Amino acid sequence: MTAQVLSPTPAARDRRRPDRQRSGRRSIHAAIARVARMIPLAPAIIIMVIFLVGPIVWSFYGSLTNAALTGPNAAHSSFIGLDNYVKLWNDPVFPLSLWLTVIFTLGSAVISQNVLGLGIALVINRANRRLGTLVSSFVVAAWILPEIVAAFVCYAYFSKDGTLNQILAAFGMTGPNWLYSFPMFAIILANIWRGTAFSLLVYQAALNDVPPEIKEAAMIDGASGAKRLLYVTIPMIKNTITTNLMLITLQTLSVFTLIYVMTAGGPGNDSTTLPVLAYKEAFRFSNIGYGTAIATVLLLIGAVFSIIYTRAARPSKD
Amino acid sequence: MTTAPGLTASRRKRGALSLASPRKKMSAILANSALVVVGVSFLLPLAWLFLAAFDSRATYQTQIPTTVTLDNFAAVLTPELTFLPMWNSLLISVGTAGVTVVASLLAAYPLSRYQSRFNKPFMYAVLFGTSLPITAIMVPVYLLFVQRNLLDSMPGTILFMAASALPIAIFMTKNFMDSVPISLEEAAWMDGASAMRALRSIVIPLMRPGIAVVAIFVFFQAWGNFFVPFILLLSPSKQPAAISIYTFFGQYGSIAYGQLAAFSLIYAVPVMVLYVVVSRGIGGSFALAGAVKG
Repeated sequence: MTAQVLSPTPAARDRRRPDRQRSGRRSIHAAIARVARMIPLAPAIIIMVIFLVGPIVWSFYGSLTNAALTGPNAAHSSFIGLDNYVKLWNDPVFPLSLWLTVIFTLGSAVISQNVLGLGIALVINRANRRLGTLVSSFVVAAWILPEIVAAFVCYAYFSKDGTLNQILAAFGMTGPNWLYSFPMFAIILANIWRGTAFSLLVYQAALNDVPPEIKEAAMIDGASGAKRLLYVTIPMIKNTITTNLMLITLQTLSVFTLIYVMTAGGPGNDSTTLPVLAYKEAFRFSNIGYGTAIATVLLLIGAVFSIIYTRAARPSKD
Repeated sequence: MTTAPGLTASRRKRGALSLASPRKKMSAILANSALVVVGVSFLLPLAWLFLAAFDSRATYQTQIPTTVTLDNFAAVLTPELTFLPMWNSLLISVGTAGVTVVASLLAAYPLSRYQSRFNKPFMYAVLFGTSLPITAIMVPVYLLFVQRNLLDSMPGTILFMAASALPIAIFMTKNFMDSVPISLEEAAWMDGASAMRALRSIVIPLMRPGIAVVAIFVFFQAWGNFFVPFILLLSPSKQPAAISIYTFFGQYGSIAYGQLAAFSLIYAVPVMVLYVVVSRGIGGSFALAGAVKG
């Protein structure tokens, strides 16, 4: 993923540029020209610095203050060092929330979406073509829906009088109120339903790029279907798997709307993942400083993941 | 929307492996039944949305309507509930896509065409930016908006959404631009055309499908975004459909299931139609390939 993007444009290109500054003080002119041609980057950089870099930097600073939305600390927040982080360690909700975030991300994205996406992509290649197209369009439909609509649909599906319990009742079982009794289970399933399409599309594209000749060769050598998958197909799409894992992990880490609408983090804090916790602390309880500290932790986790995966995805393509 | 030749050529090459054998047949039956199970599981939650919207006595259960009605749609198709919020959604999404596409086209040009020591670290930063959890910075962004008096401002919200879409958009645009051969521009440079002139009259026309992919990608994200306008836009007259639907749900959602479903459908249909049109024209996995494969 990174290699191609970062590969330098051919050096020859630059040398072929007309030598306009032949006469005198060439280096100064060249330096000015070099800066001048970077000017088109300015709008993008200005927008990103103001609205992305600024808030990120502030996030680190703000987490060291006692800023609040209301009360005496709203007007003059003061620097309190690492107090918010100390509070974080001693707050029983934070470790729980961190744990729930890990379960949510591993359970719904890394394991389920990833495996299911690859599985469906592989199965579609063997199944009836029309059926394959139809099923993949159902999977993709869940992903195309606006987030809030997907959240309502899942709310309806898992609620006490919802479709899931209706199905269970058809088999003579009485289902619980999933959103209340098993909130994590409900939001994990909901996120699998919503997010599998991404992995499916990524893997479909990758599988199409595996040359059929290689599979045929393995087939002629007598490799079984499972062996072909394990020793031929999967190694060939290894980079895609890494990239996909990175993207879905990061997407899932920041899921807010789905959880907020379905359970609002409840009951109690039983489905309060880090984004929901940061929102609650900052906006419901107006502890901006504390909420920012939680958000900063989330930001750092995201940064670590993105560095690990960027490094892992790079070398093999160079 | 034009389809670039070659982009769709790499679509499914199927049937290359079709050796008829009993084992093959068996595995096809297994594959088909597995797909049916997957399809039904994914369809079930959606089915509720479509059935309840036309049902006069909808509940949270999935049922065939006893009387099919358009009353639910009629009830929610009012200016303050649907038309204004949908218009706001459109403004925000088009605005975000426009700002993002223009800024990333400008930015991609020097990155793609000139070599500089600056390029590599910048592209790393951009790549890093594509994977930032935006949810995590909403608290500081809210404070920034309070300080700068941008809270409840549509342009402010659009600029922030553009900022959060820019890393991936620059990334994609640069990839698309790299695939436009440079030789044509060199001729233009020789004839004395400026870089911007070359970008406008040579590069952009050649990468139109790529630009469309980026624009639609950003439009989609902006259309479906709930959290950002939820935090940054306060007055109902400026809020997009994602928020008005949430407010409606809070007030009537536990009574008027059918109306909620109808409302959700109205909000979702434009992007679904757009997706179908686009994936026919450009290919859904192609759009992703631009984003993912680099």
